[in-house]
Amino acid sequence: MNKHHVSMNVNGDPVEILCETQQTLLDCLRDVLYLTGTKEGCSTGDCGACSVTLNGRLVCACLVLGVEANGCDIQTIEGIGRDESLHPLQKTFLEEAALQCGICTPGFIVAAKSLLDEKPDPSEEEIRYWLAGNLCRCTGYDKIIKAVIKAARIMREENEQRKNRRAK
Amino acid sequence: MHQMNFAAPKTIAGAVKLLAQNKGKSKVIAGGTDLLVQLRMGKINPKIIIDIKKIKETNQITIEKSGVRIGAAVSGAVVGESDYIKANWPGVVEALELIGSTQIQGRASLGGNLCNGSPAADSVPALIANGAMCRIAGPKGKRDVSAANFVKSPGETILKRDEMLTSLFLPSRPVKSSSAYLRLIPRTEMDIAVVGAAASLTLDKNNECLDAIICLGAVAPKATIVRAAKKILVGNKINNDSLAALTLACEDACDPINDTRGTVAYRTKVAGVLAKRAIEIAHRRILEKGNL
Repeated sequence: MNKHHVSMNVNGDPVEILCETQQTLLDCLRDVLYLTGTKEGCSTGDCGACSVTLNGRLVCACLVLGVEANGCDIQTIEGIGRDESLHPLQKTFLEEAALQCGICTPGFIVAAKSLLDEKPDPSEEEIRYWLAGNLCRCTGYDKIIKAVIKAARIMREENEQRKNRRAK
Repeated sequence: MHQMNFAAPKTIAGAVKLLAQNKGKSKVIAGGTDLLVQLRMGKINPKIIIDIKKIKETNQITIEKSGVRIGAAVSGAVVGESDYIKANWPGVVEALELIGSTQIQGRASLGGNLCNGSPAADSVPALIANGAMCRIAGPKGKRDVSAANFVKSPGETILKRDEMLTSLFLPSRPVKSSSAYLRLIPRTEMDIAVVGAAASLTLDKNNECLDAIICLGAVAPKATIVRAAKKILVGNKINNDSLAALTLACEDACDPINDTRGTVAYRTKVAGVLAKRAIEIAHRRILEKGNL
């Protein structure tokens, strides 16, 4: 079978893969690059478990062909924390018990980060609408929303401190 | 299963050539939010998928002398970030933004919503009410067709198999003019319309109706213009009497199906209510502009 050569940048690392036309970006991330943090839920764009960003925009990796991602910049859950420290969203999800089975969690964190990167102080309503495409069948959402609000506060404080340090 | 090819031509001519070579066995991909689901469900099995996102014309918004041209593959998120489009065609932007989640908005396009041909497509009634023109490219060059004439029946459009939609043109609106779109779904987000209603309204200097278009979605095999609405409203003020007559006319224009989303009676009733409210919103938007 004739395969397509795809080069993309995943979490800051240039990668080159071969994929078939039908393979989605999700298939490429999980089965070719073994980045299994991005989860497969519905495969029809309804559940948000496979949320990643493509050139900075939040998308469902199951609704993008791998070959469409050629030349694109992809960010997945694997690129969110650092080896030495968790991202504030990862910390607050743990602290607020915003997960149970965990399948939806990477998608929620990637989606929430893309909101907070754009809008550091969203209202609860804005958070709920932004995350409407991420389904969780365990928590009932309240804990997730609380975790995002708390992470947003921490991220604003960290930004403030960084600014002050720079000013000194 | 045969091998499925993929191409991302950089020009419209290149895409049209591929369409002609593959004689109806190709599928154009814009955002892909419908196409990938159809692929996975086995509903389609094209020989080649033609990605039009590498083509400049299909991927840009251009402000022209008499309106705005939106490339067929421009995502909902990008359209929604244009304050100019929002200010002039609020009904189109609010309809487009109702489609799917944040994730879907990052990919889904006006062009794809139209070409998919769903009777419940949210942006289609709004495009029709705003007089949108579809620019179509084919081997013989380009042609322009009104959005009202683009969809023939569920899933069927007027596109020939060697043609593609390249952009949508929204003509400029008079000053005392605005639009709105409302849809009913059983929840607040992430569902397919039970009924959609788009309104566009223009007033004269005495705030009497100069022009009005109501287009309903999901109550017939394709988006339906309520012809009687214009006759009822033109020359009149937007008040309880004219709105009551409008509501009845919209109910009369419905020919919906019974399904899990709603019965015929429910859809018909809701269509009248939504159309009335959409005109009221468009009316309020015009008056608010006047107060600036």
